Amino acid sequence: MSSLFRSEEMCLVQLFFQTESAHNCISELGHLGLVQFKDLNPGVAAFQRRFVKEVKKCEEMERILSKKVFYYKMHQVIILTYISDVNSTFEKLEQELREINRNHAALRQNLIELMDIDSLLRMTEDFFEEAESLLTYSEPPSEDSVFIAGVIKQDRFPAFEKVLWRLFHGNFVLRHAEMQATEELQALRGAVKKDVFIIFVQGDHVREKIRKVCEGFRASLYSCPKTLYERKQMSNSVMTQMQDLRMILRRTEEYRAGVLTRAAEHVQEWSSKVKKMKAIYYTLNLCNIDITQKLIVAEIWCPVSDLTLVQSALIKGSEQSGSSVTPVLNRIQTQQTPPTFNRTNTFTEGFQAIIDAYGVGTYQEINPAPYTIVTFPFLFAVMFGDCGHGLVMTLFAVWVTSQAESLRKWKNEVLNDVVIGGRYIILLMGMFSIYTGLIYNDCFSKSFNIFGSSWSVRPMFHPHGPWQNETLHEYHHLQLNPFVPGVYSGDPYVFGIDPVWNIASNKLSFLNSFKMKMSVILGVSHMLFGVALSLVNFVHFRKFQDIFLQFVPQLIFMLSLFGYLIFLILYKWCITLRSEMAPSILLLFINMMLFDYQSEHVLLYRGQKGVQIFLVLTAVLMVPVLLLVKPFLIYRTRMKTRHQVGEQSRATLSQEHMGDIFVYQAIHTIEFCLGCISNTASYLRLWALSLAHAELSEVLWRMVLQVGLKISSGMGSLMLVVLFAAFAVLTVTVLLIMEGLSAFLHALRLHWVEFQNKFYEGSGYKFTPLSFDSLLKTQH
Amino acid sequence: MPSLLFCGPKLAACGIVLSIWGVIMLSMLGIFFSAKSAVLIEDVPFTEEDIRDDKNPPQNIYGLYNQVGINCFIAAAIYVGVGAVSLCQVRLNKRQEYMVT
Repeated sequence: MSSLFRSEEMCLVQLFFQTESAHNCISELGHLGLVQFKDLNPGVAAFQRRFVKEVKKCEEMERILSKKVFYYKMHQVIILTYISDVNSTFEKLEQELREINRNHAALRQNLIELMDIDSLLRMTEDFFEEAESLLTYSEPPSEDSVFIAGVIKQDRFPAFEKVLWRLFHGNFVLRHAEMQATEELQALRGAVKKDVFIIFVQGDHVREKIRKVCEGFRASLYSCPKTLYERKQMSNSVMTQMQDLRMILRRTEEYRAGVLTRAAEHVQEWSSKVKKMKAIYYTLNLCNIDITQKLIVAEIWCPVSDLTLVQSALIKGSEQSGSSVTPVLNRIQTQQTPPTFNRTNTFTEGFQAIIDAYGVGTYQEINPAPYTIVTFPFLFAVMFGDCGHGLVMTLFAVWVTSQAESLRKWKNEVLNDVVIGGRYIILLMGMFSIYTGLIYNDCFSKSFNIFGSSWSVRPMFHPHGPWQNETLHEYHHLQLNPFVPGVYSGDPYVFGIDPVWNIASNKLSFLNSFKMKMSVILGVSHMLFGVALSLVNFVHFRKFQDIFLQFVPQLIFMLSLFGYLIFLILYKWCITLRSEMAPSILLLFINMMLFDYQSEHVLLYRGQKGVQIFLVLTAVLMVPVLLLVKPFLIYRTRMKTRHQVGEQSRATLSQEHMGDIFVYQAIHTIEFCLGCISNTASYLRLWALSLAHAELSEVLWRMVLQVGLKISSGMGSLMLVVLFAAFAVLTVTVLLIMEGLSAFLHALRLHWVEFQNKFYEGSGYKFTPLSFDSLLKTQH
Repeated sequence: MPSLLFCGPKLAACGIVLSIWGVIMLSMLGIFFSAKSAVLIEDVPFTEEDIRDDKNPPQNIYGLYNQVGINCFIAAAIYVGVGAVSLCQVRLNKRQEYMVT
């Protein structure tokens, strides 16, 4: 039967399935999420495993799919030839994209050339005019004057010019101008500056030389017609060609965008498929493949109650792959410790997580989680106790819980894990804080007077009591005397601390005493509960000897000393004493331990001396019982077996040394006995933190909000508005977040150390099943 | 008309939460001051003269209590205004979100 009380019973199962159905079977098991694969090849290094190449390829695909520049990297995707579903679409997509990109590049190049020609034609207009005027001036235009026009990078131009000078000894006319960089050109080509140049030379034969020079300087040459009319025609045709090209380019880009958007819809699906694939290959690496390469052997841990589910998942998997042979499940006995599996739901998950954070429980040990669901928020609330702050915390937790799914998309890790994962913990903490706030009667450091205070001041005055009108003028502090009739009504306040304490100046003396005693009571009860849980463990593991040798002495020790302390506290609270003559419980306890009974010491009840002596002696007697009896029994059984068996037994003495056993028992005893005292004192942090919280709250009210309230003029309301905002912000940051974290931490420590060291071993390992749900959740 | 949006979505949400808290808490404080609760005595700005020169014993203190109570109510009303402004900001932010995408 599965419950949170104890971890589940697990079994080791051997699986045999065919290699063809391996994928589907493991995929089905992954969806089920109830099976942990054991590593059957522990000695093999990671890079020597059988499917290591496939795992690497999956990882690379994952990397590419996860990149945000998916659009530009898609054409670099490597195809995995044996991933059936994803393969064909990937291949087609990849080819299509390659084609599109090639065309796109070619078209772009064309467009750039045409733009160069266009700007060239425009700029050379001036040159031609200038050149014609020059030539008409200098000499008659000859047939063999040659001109060459082209485009060159601007930073190469000076060198180009120098080379031409050397070639032609100045017998040429070179004109150049910077090309206008339009936005379109910049988008196509980048921010490279280019110059248009045109050379006029004499002689036809130099054309080849110039061409070679231009090639050397990577200048692109374009033919330019001589006459104006031809140039105009060329210009027009270039224009129309450019228009066409621009349109084609735009269409190509649209088409490519369409292809990529359609592919982008599938990215999510593909990346989850790749993740699952990688997990399956990783799992296959853990299995054994037999000689014939046809059978895969796997060993899994799975909960006994889920064996039928695993079987049906395997059958489904093998049916999907179309293989005829059903996988075989074979449960095997083993001496190895199974992993610890606690079945949790969304509510109990958080509490189990904070228990596991300190140590995962030993297999089939009792699980502290169900009690933690109540005691942890309660101990937190004892330290936090303020119903106003508790209300704010509860409202916040309710909001987070209702919006949990939509808040998960916040990528912040801290917020995700802590706040959303722990939303139920925070909710319970808030609700319990409201309760303890009502008990402490503390709401933003002010008390509620719901039921009518039990204290009354008027009877202190004449004629009932000693005060007169002058008494008020003489003294700054006056003390209400509960023995004057009428001052104290005789019945305590119905629920919680009386509100009169909020305005008393000796509030802290009263509250400190109350909270310290309350902390000790809560602490000793918590620890006694822990000791009682160890009894359950002993019964389950059939260590009946330990019940009498460990559980009973521990219980008697704790009860006779600290149980008696609680009795003293409760007794003193119940009887009526005059406060001047009341004995201090601390002194009573110390004198009890020191056997110090002098006649002037006041005792609480008759016969106290006898009772106390008896209890101390009992406790002291338990110490040697804890220390010595168990090792002696082990020693005796060993002696007996040695006598009976004789020489053969010496070979089997691979057990621990007797000395080790004695030392271990001594350590255990000392830890328990001294630990009792130190742990009880440790619970006083419940008092300390609640005092700190109350004081911080009061300081915040007095220093921030009261300043605004005390201004009685009209400006008071404006100041109040501003100061209230400051009060709210400081309340949330200092009192809720800082104090909340602090109280959380201390409550957690009390559970982990003081409570759990009474019964919890915590030396197990956690059950980590192959589960696609948790795999994909961690992806986000 | 220039854009009325002057704070982002998070600030506006904080504003709404603060205003709701302010309205509830300040109006409750106002009620408790008007009910002359004894626990709030330290928040009332009375002086020695108020007590000594009082013709009609608690009336001075009661008057002060009422004054502080009224201050609290006015502050609560101001917070209603702040809340309304924040609500507008939240709505404008949501609208802008739709328009940008």
